[in-house]
Amino acid sequence: MKYNWNWGILWQTSADGHTTWIMTLIHGLGWTLLTALCAGVIALLLGSIIGVIRTTPNKWAVRFGNAYVELFRNIPLLVQLFLWYFVLPEVVPKAVGDLLKSMAPPWGSFVPAVIGLGLFTSARVAEQVRAGIQALARGQGMAGTALGLTLPQTYRYVLLPMAFRIVLPPLTSETMNLIKNTSVALTIGLVELTAAGRSLQEYTFQVFEAFTAATVIYIIVNLTTVNLMRWFEKRIAIPGFIGPQVAEGAH
Amino acid sequence: MEAFDWNVINRSFVYLFKEGMTFTLTLTGLAAAGGIVFGTLLAMMRLSSFKWLSLAATGYVNLMRSIPLLLVIFWFYFLVPYIGAWITGASRPIQVGAIASSVITFTMFEAAYYSEIMRAGIQSIPRGQVWAGYALGLDYWQTMGKVVLPQAFRNMIPILLTQTIILFQDTSLVYVLSITDFLGAASKIAQRDGRLVEMYLFAALVYFVVSFALSLLVKQLQRKIAIIR
Repeated sequence: MKYNWNWGILWQTSADGHTTWIMTLIHGLGWTLLTALCAGVIALLLGSIIGVIRTTPNKWAVRFGNAYVELFRNIPLLVQLFLWYFVLPEVVPKAVGDLLKSMAPPWGSFVPAVIGLGLFTSARVAEQVRAGIQALARGQGMAGTALGLTLPQTYRYVLLPMAFRIVLPPLTSETMNLIKNTSVALTIGLVELTAAGRSLQEYTFQVFEAFTAATVIYIIVNLTTVNLMRWFEKRIAIPGFIGPQVAEGAH
Repeated sequence: MEAFDWNVINRSFVYLFKEGMTFTLTLTGLAAAGGIVFGTLLAMMRLSSFKWLSLAATGYVNLMRSIPLLLVIFWFYFLVPYIGAWITGASRPIQVGAIASSVITFTMFEAAYYSEIMRAGIQSIPRGQVWAGYALGLDYWQTMGKVVLPQAFRNMIPILLTQTIILFQDTSLVYVLSITDFLGAASKIAQRDGRLVEMYLFAALVYFVVSFALSLLVKQLQRKIAIIR
């Protein structure tokens, strides 16, 4: 049994006839990062709002928040992407649906992927933000109220600045999950990093070079993300309060 | 908006569950069982005092955790035939079907995640218990098998089950190998009958009901175990 290694394949012309295969992979990486970034912004915004809602005294708001999290957490990501890609254009008014279906190639997959990944991740962020707020001493919120702050002010000036620092390490691993999860978007046609590796494998039959290259790129992205987040944690740490040393646990 | 034909679910119900869901649940069960066994071994390796054993396990776990499951599925799909040939000494890559390949993939991938849970479980047992075991004359396997692991398992049961619910959802990714799991079955009917909306909404509903019900059970179990401790 023998496998013919040919690493030179990465520098040969790719299927599109213009660039090399390594550029195809880097192009895929670009889409992976862009998708993760856009979905990450949605996830952070929505997740923070839902997470905060789940800690408010309003019972109905809490119920809504809980339902939101359970909904997006208990359906597989792949099925969720199918819902945004195949089902959404059919159930909205016809004009909107046709507009969604007629989007040019990368965007037709990119937009549903960003929405799907964003909402899926937002449920997980919401869970972390809720845990972060509830990890604070109850007296902090009460002290805020006692000082005459309104509820929004208590969140803005007392609870959230501490809670976000607490949730940063778990958010680091969510960020890495999000980057890995973008690969699921290949099922709706987005040519991100895994799909680029797969096309290299399909066209050249150099299976292990293709997947090794993609794996190495994922590892580099992971290490970069971890280090960026560590640096950010240190930067915003308040001396004497919860610091990166105490709140280890991304890995 | 066109009229929906919900009857398509009635027509394909037996196929969806007898073919699709059976495979999904079998894959989940096999991968969970295998993953917990290998995961526990990996955790023991990782905590071992033999440096090379510990390094190898750490490397494996970190590698699996840093690449997407889909890439791992592709990796194993092409790698397993070569490993098989290497083990059996065959001169050509052996034939491994998509189904066997998916079982191996999910077992090996989930083992990395289960091992992190089991590592936390083992580390939650006070060191003194291990020393007490050795002092009584038990060897490593006896101390692990009779003292540490039974407790580690019980403490970690809720988290192991939660990970298994995630595994149940992740098995839908075998879609890329064109296997007829639950989602694969739904997708085949959806495309055959042109009923994507109905089938994918129904698939989402079924996954939701199963995962949500299981997560409620886990919560209940967690409460029960918390009282015993």
